[in-house]
Amino acid sequence: MSDKPVNHARAAEHFIEDTPHLQFHDERLWDMRQKRDAQMHILPEWQELREEASRIKEHTLSRLPEYLEQFETNARKNGIHVHWARDGAEHNRIVGEILKAHNARNLIKSKSMVTEECDMRPYLAKQGVTVTETDLGERIQQLDDQLPSHIVVPAVHKLTADVAKIFAKDYHTDPNIRDPHLLAEAQRQAARPVILHADAGMTGGNFVVAETGTFVVCTNEGNADLSATVPNLHIATIGIERLVPRMADMGVFIRLLSRSALGSPITQYTTHFRGPQKGGEMHVVLVDNGRSARLGMEDFWTSLKCIRCGACMNTCPVYRRSGGLSYGAVYSGPIGAIIDPTFNERKYSTLPYASTLNGSCTNVCPVKINIHEQLYKWRRVLVQHHEMPFVKREIMHMAGKLMGQPRMYRAAIKATEVSLSTMPRFVLYNWLNPWGKHRENPHPVKQTFNDWYRKNRKTAATPAAAPETKK
Amino acid sequence: MPCATFRPNRAEDEYPLMKIGLFIPCYIDAFYPDAGIATLELLEKLGQDVEYPLDQTCCGQPMGNSGCNSDAAAAEALFVRNFAKYDKIVMPSGSCTHHVRDNFDAIPQTDEVRHVRENTYELVEFLHDILKVDAFPWAEFNHTVGLHNSCGTLRALRTASMSELGEKPFSKPMDLLSKVKGIRFATPKRPDECCGFGGTFSVTEEAVSAKMGVDKVRDHHQAGAEYIVSADSSCIMHQQGCAERAGVPIRFIHIAQILNGASQ
Repeated sequence: MSDKPVNHARAAEHFIEDTPHLQFHDERLWDMRQKRDAQMHILPEWQELREEASRIKEHTLSRLPEYLEQFETNARKNGIHVHWARDGAEHNRIVGEILKAHNARNLIKSKSMVTEECDMRPYLAKQGVTVTETDLGERIQQLDDQLPSHIVVPAVHKLTADVAKIFAKDYHTDPNIRDPHLLAEAQRQAARPVILHADAGMTGGNFVVAETGTFVVCTNEGNADLSATVPNLHIATIGIERLVPRMADMGVFIRLLSRSALGSPITQYTTHFRGPQKGGEMHVVLVDNGRSARLGMEDFWTSLKCIRCGACMNTCPVYRRSGGLSYGAVYSGPIGAIIDPTFNERKYSTLPYASTLNGSCTNVCPVKINIHEQLYKWRRVLVQHHEMPFVKREIMHMAGKLMGQPRMYRAAIKATEVSLSTMPRFVLYNWLNPWGKHRENPHPVKQTFNDWYRKNRKTAATPAAAPETKK
Repeated sequence: MPCATFRPNRAEDEYPLMKIGLFIPCYIDAFYPDAGIATLELLEKLGQDVEYPLDQTCCGQPMGNSGCNSDAAAAEALFVRNFAKYDKIVMPSGSCTHHVRDNFDAIPQTDEVRHVRENTYELVEFLHDILKVDAFPWAEFNHTVGLHNSCGTLRALRTASMSELGEKPFSKPMDLLSKVKGIRFATPKRPDECCGFGGTFSVTEEAVSAKMGVDKVRDHHQAGAEYIVSADSSCIMHQQGCAERAGVPIRFIHIAQILNGASQ
């Protein structure tokens, strides 16, 4: 993996140039946010639910090893094979071995962000396994060889015409189709034979229940249920943070998840997997892949509370106007910007800056992750770890010095540059120039407030002296 | 008209008297001095003893927000030297208040520093919560305005209810503005979406920032606002630049100016 920092700003600029895509993207996601608000207003206990969900998750994370072992024991009793994967490579190897043991060449799967983290598809392709995504959006992204741009609606950055073009190439449908129903039907026709003849099915898992040794998968298309039940072999890949202690806790999370994600009261399908079907086999691969290390990070461990609803993306004004792919990472949007740097600090060093720190993400988060405060803290960490571009770092350094010296500062203002006249002009201009690209500069004024005050108030005669001055 | 001596008895008798240090953020000092003057005059009209320490610069926010926290130390130390002696510190800026109150930790947290942090107020909060002003008899503004709450005032200082939380609606700036004669309000479709200024974000993420700004001013304009009024001149500076470039006919004014009696 290249360590070159993601250029979010440039990717966002390209995204913005395409008005039809941008407008659809912004409005579609804003609509999801509004539907979420409507659901919130229906439930007077919304804030209590958030608080409860947050506490359950924090409690679970604080005793994660115990609960994981409890799950393992109970799952085994249910006839589920439980595997532990330290990282993506180990996960892929485990899945590859299970498939090999069953001589499985065709794997159908529902959406799972963890398998994206592990970059599983290319690995299995090399082993001769054909992987077919069954979630519509995820399938579109697979055919287009792109990462999901959103964790709930993976192809939300695409218009109908884009999908028609992709399907025409792979499914030989009419590239001029503009009716989404026809495209959905094309996917159905293409997917069904694959599903019926698959050797193995894979799902993720939204929640893992320790006391019952079971796990829960929430989808709207029913594709996870097909993937899990049509073939005899079901593998579920799940991050270790997805645990809740008790079945009773599910009531809290199920009420929050789809309301936060799509603004619907519940997903169309909420399936509790309790063990293999008759004559079949069920495997759960519990994936760490950096989560234990994150759990040890004082300022950032609560990001593990995330239930992947995408509400922070839907509300984020930056995400809506830059698109998920601009983050260049598996996880995009505000939650991505605080998780991604734990995978690769340099590569994702730009993402915590792809935010105005407005705080809307924190307010919509159903498990109360203080996302915008973590963005702020990440910036400190990245600067301490020398992951800020040199010019910006220098400018901040000079500005900081200047702000501590009132006389120099006044002189700088007088020179009508409110700032950094001590920097070489070319540096300053390279960095500050973008202001004027789509914006006018502020208008010059006749006198600063400071000048006005000196002229108009008697107290001005005593700078920095004790303020013992009554007119 | 300079109004150093203009102190209506009514206000002086009614409102608690404190020694107030006035902080005028750098961009108001340099680009929006009228907002600073209005703040000072308004506090004086309300009978307050206000001083503006001349050696002030910046609260440290730009460095802090960029992650360069150690570089904020000099500004923060100077800020404390300037303002430790006052009962209350008032500033016409939500984001600077947020920095002082919530993030001002590049320097050791002495008693003096704590005093400054605990007694720093954004102007609207100060008028609404501390002075509890119930009238601005001198203020009349015969225009339709759209209120822009900066994210600092809204989600950090919580001077108004936030749409994400489904709180019972309240708005301190709206309470104050409602006391102004003749004023009418326009309601934009996305009233508390960020306008995209974001400090250095406005430069490093120029495209997104400007797009957010244009969307914001269009939303207000389409709602019928002649003016966008805000307690934050930094948002105004950004939005004004976006509106002028995109040709959106809308004007901008700081809330202090309206409350101080500006007519346009």
